[in-house]
Amino acid sequence: MRRFFQGFKLAFRSIRSNKMRSFLTMLGMIIGVASVIILTGLVNGVTNYLIESFSDMGTNMISVSVTNSDSRSASVDDMFAIAEENSDIFEGVSPSVTGSYTVKKGSVSETGKTITGVAENYYIIQHINIADGRFIGYADITGRTKVCVVGSYIVDTFFTSDDVVGETIKIDGDEYTIVGILDEQADSTSGSADDCIYIPYSTACRLTYTSEPSTFTFATFGTDYITKGENALDDALYEIFKDESMYTVTSMSSLISTIESITGILSSVLAGIAGISLLVAGIGIMNIMLVSVIERTREIGIRKALGAKRADILIQFVIEAASISSLGGLLGILFGAVVTVNVGDYFGLEASPSISAIIVSFCVSAGIGIFFGFMPAKRAARLNPIDALKSE
Amino acid sequence: MIELNEITKIYQAGDTEVRANDGVNLKIEKGEFVAIVGKSGSGKTTIMNIIGALDVPTDGQYILGGTDVSDMDDNELAEVRNKMIGFIFQQYNLLPRSTVLENVELPLLYAGVSSADRKVRAMKALEKVGIDDKAHNHPYQLSGGQQQRVSIARALAGNPSLILADEPTGALDSKTSREVLDLLVLLNEEGNTIVLITHDTGVACEAKRVVKMHDGKIVYDGPVEEYKETLVSEGWLK
Repeated sequence: MRRFFQGFKLAFRSIRSNKMRSFLTMLGMIIGVASVIILTGLVNGVTNYLIESFSDMGTNMISVSVTNSDSRSASVDDMFAIAEENSDIFEGVSPSVTGSYTVKKGSVSETGKTITGVAENYYIIQHINIADGRFIGYADITGRTKVCVVGSYIVDTFFTSDDVVGETIKIDGDEYTIVGILDEQADSTSGSADDCIYIPYSTACRLTYTSEPSTFTFATFGTDYITKGENALDDALYEIFKDESMYTVTSMSSLISTIESITGILSSVLAGIAGISLLVAGIGIMNIMLVSVIERTREIGIRKALGAKRADILIQFVIEAASISSLGGLLGILFGAVVTVNVGDYFGLEASPSISAIIVSFCVSAGIGIFFGFMPAKRAARLNPIDALKSE
Repeated sequence: MIELNEITKIYQAGDTEVRANDGVNLKIEKGEFVAIVGKSGSGKTTIMNIIGALDVPTDGQYILGGTDVSDMDDNELAEVRNKMIGFIFQQYNLLPRSTVLENVELPLLYAGVSSADRKVRAMKALEKVGIDDKAHNHPYQLSGGQQQRVSIARALAGNPSLILADEPTGALDSKTSREVLDLLVLLNEEGNTIVLITHDTGVACEAKRVVKMHDGKIVYDGPVEEYKETLVSEGWLK
């Protein structure tokens, strides 16, 4: 205990008396630890962003896309039939025909807006509430009418008042009548669930020059039904197409777990690369400690002559190396955290260094100090006091 | 107290063997003040290293305070140095980054004495050599004589059985040398056993007993009065 306490006291005195050298030695550790913190923090931020935006689309949803051919095809009615047959799994199904178009009202215009063509039950299966007006009706689908239901972001962006039911808006040059407004779900920000325009899927097919919808959204009763639902859809679609390559079944929750595993791998690869710089920093520390042992040969000789045992000297130098490197680690964590938060802010990501990354990188930096400090310390501990006292 | 029996130390210098000590026999009792004199190469430094438990003999037996030190390993020797020997070096050998007080505390620290106790005992040792007012200074702020006093305080702090002084006045002018020697005489009068290693016959005459070495062997061992007479007869001293 006394040895450790004394070791820390001596280590900090030595760091203080060689400020410039200590800082330069630490710099490697600071950069290494900071890059681990920054990279893992930012990847976390990106992961959270992706997961958040995907779960906005509903984790209980399964989307199906089919490639219709002349001989085998799945119609909207076939899909409704599948949902009907498995009514213990599926709440319902709606085609979802999407395309990007320019939306314009008066002088306000936004390009690349996602227009989604859906069936009349879409708002029910997606659990969206209508704030004003109505949703798309069955008659709109059969009549291919040019009506739309919009989210609150669209209202805020293109209109000055909230009372927009009955107004028209131009999609790809055609006038559409707004028949309903959806409840605000995500603070009316761009790209969120509030940034949406729904039109009848039949109208959307005409807009996208397709004859039949090829993508559908099946709503299950909850995330627990996802696997069952995917299996049921696989079976039913195989009956129709007799060929697995003609259709794909994907769910948001399986997509999210895929994203999580991909970003997880990405995060560890990046942290691993950054970790190499920690190794380099460790070698730098070893180098400086070796120099320091040689410089302080006389000091070691005096200490040994006065009764310091090998362990006393060993601990003194190991603690000094560990202090330099863990101090560098702490500064790196601090620097990394500041950079992560600011860079995250700049890209609009909610990025923060993870607690586990902080703990791991601190432990690794201290461990590297101990590991690379050990060899020079051992050399110091073994010095012969007579030779050591003779050195200048 | 100290018993050297047929001590031989052989160094390997390249291909040739150097017999630095060749069958040295020496007995020193508690409370003695012994000077070991000799020219460079006489083997006095080697015998000092062995007496100081800094080195072990190639052959022979060294008994210090009743324990055989001849075959001890590094850590055991450190313990013996810490508990039984107080060193005074020619170059003072103070740690430059530590304060005077911390330097004096050092042997107590390695002996495992508690922090409060260390301070008390170190201050007492500093008072004894009359330099307690400089306790919180650093060695480089002190004159050579003052630094040597600090190193004497450090040697005293652990209350050792033996004080081993290696050319303690070698780096000092004659006036401060006088002060340091007076201090050593005083410490001896108070009951401390002192072994002084020097090449300077004048300094050796401060001791009560003189041991002269030549070519690794003891060539003279007797009381200081007798030694002075031989010096006179050889024409070194009037």
